[in-house]
Amino acid sequence: MKKRFVLSVIFKWVILIAVLVAIYLPLVMIVLYSFSTSQQVGGEFGDFTFSLYGKLFENEQLLAALKNTLVIGAASAALATVLGTTASVGIHYMRRKTKAVVDAASQITVVNAEIVTAMGFFLLMIFIRDTVKIPVNFSLVWLIVTHTIITTPYVILTVTPRLQQLNPNLLEASMDLGAGPMRSLFTVMLPQLAGAMVSGFALAFTLSLDDFVVTNINSFGANVETISTFVYAGIRKKGIPIEIRALSTIIFIVVLAALIGYNVVKNKRLKEMAKRA
Amino acid sequence: MKKGKAKVFRPTAFSFPYLAVTLVFVIVPLILVLIYAFRGEDGGFTVENFRLVFTEKETLRQLGQTVGIAALSTVICLLIAYPVAFVLSSEPFKKMAILALLFIIPMWINFMLRIFALQSLLTVIGLKKSFGAAVIGMVYDFFPYMLLPIYTVLSNMDKSYVEASNDLGANPFRTFFKVTLPLSIPGVISGVSMMFMPIFSSYAITKMMGDMNTTVIGAKIASLFENQNYGNYGYGSALSFVLLLIVLLVMVVSSVLMKRTAKAPVKGGKA
Repeated sequence: MKKRFVLSVIFKWVILIAVLVAIYLPLVMIVLYSFSTSQQVGGEFGDFTFSLYGKLFENEQLLAALKNTLVIGAASAALATVLGTTASVGIHYMRRKTKAVVDAASQITVVNAEIVTAMGFFLLMIFIRDTVKIPVNFSLVWLIVTHTIITTPYVILTVTPRLQQLNPNLLEASMDLGAGPMRSLFTVMLPQLAGAMVSGFALAFTLSLDDFVVTNINSFGANVETISTFVYAGIRKKGIPIEIRALSTIIFIVVLAALIGYNVVKNKRLKEMAKRA
Repeated sequence: MKKGKAKVFRPTAFSFPYLAVTLVFVIVPLILVLIYAFRGEDGGFTVENFRLVFTEKETLRQLGQTVGIAALSTVICLLIAYPVAFVLSSEPFKKMAILALLFIIPMWINFMLRIFALQSLLTVIGLKKSFGAAVIGMVYDFFPYMLLPIYTVLSNMDKSYVEASNDLGANPFRTFFKVTLPLSIPGVISGVSMMFMPIFSSYAITKMMGDMNTTVIGAKIASLFENQNYGNYGYGSALSFVLLLIVLLVMVVSSVLMKRTAKAPVKGGKA
């Protein structure tokens, strides 16, 4: 019996390691070749060098794409957090039937094919510009707006569960005691929702960084490139500059450090809490 | 703020900015898609755009191929993700939180950079751009999204069902197929739905990894914009409308499946 258990654990490790290798092999290759000036990943390695990292900071197009990605991500995530949090509070106090309708509406962009959402945004811009004749156009701001729309539902999905854990009479009590709605929101509700808002912001930010379809369709006329559209255009047309490997490596390491750091801190805190209890 | 006014204020009003934004940026675009889909060049009502969508062999082939790629990649991804989720949620792996995290981390890395990395590796191995390479790309890209919901369901599952089944004499295989698998179906459905529909829009992957003949329908819509061919919105809108119908169909099917499986364990528990 014991031997069988050991065998099955070995077999399970084999599955896990095989899949992990498949996941990380491509990433490791890129990290490795970020220290080589070989034109091709997998080509002759040559000398170990940091020159791609130097080149990265001289490639203005790539740096502009990186800056756009971060600006769009931060701005849209901030807007989505404000919009999503206030929406969650409002929806929370709705009657059941109204709530069902609003919940369904907020899920439209989540379940819809992204290309349809992207096309909808495009047509809306054309409509506002050419039919309503408001002088606006495709731009960085438009990308921030569209990203805000597609990420807000995820903030709502993050904040709502936390809201449901709160005492339902909290807001009413505050308003009965004479605080105005804004004051109640800021001094009573928001402090309790802060953790969920941070998670919502992080989720919205990463979703925005990852977006390609909406950005691609809505940036043709705007001349605004993000990392996603830059790499896509590079692969299809002029070829990707090799310093993208250095950028990829930096991103991999930042993500890895942030997530593992976050989890180590979280586990430590859990253990401390367990000790105290 | 006057006292009288504060009493009239209802907390639901906090959602008004969001409702207004949703109306303008979500509902209106859908109406525009609808209008463009049914509007002819002269501005009158027409079904010409839909006739084009359903008679053009190329478009039909692409639609068919999209469903094929989506189904094939989703099944392959499920066949890999399920065992991994199962192992991760079993002893002794359950306690290694960082291990599960390692499988999910790629989710936070820009997907275009991940596809670039995968494409570089496949080139090194000698696998050229092809249908197969595109399917590998889909599986690679969506793997964390398939794994996460299944892993969540399996690790939150009440293990006493499994213990009961074992105690009552079922062998591990029987326990798996009669107890664990049915209980994990909600996770499978949500994993599948997080992958199947998004593949329709994943033209970046087919363009980067597939050959000339491999494509998903999203590419067709995107190409209407990429060629700077501004003007043929009618055709793109009609195609979008067809996609909307497919989305609805998939949603109805998955919610029916979800409801059915949600009932099953309760029944079993009472019996």
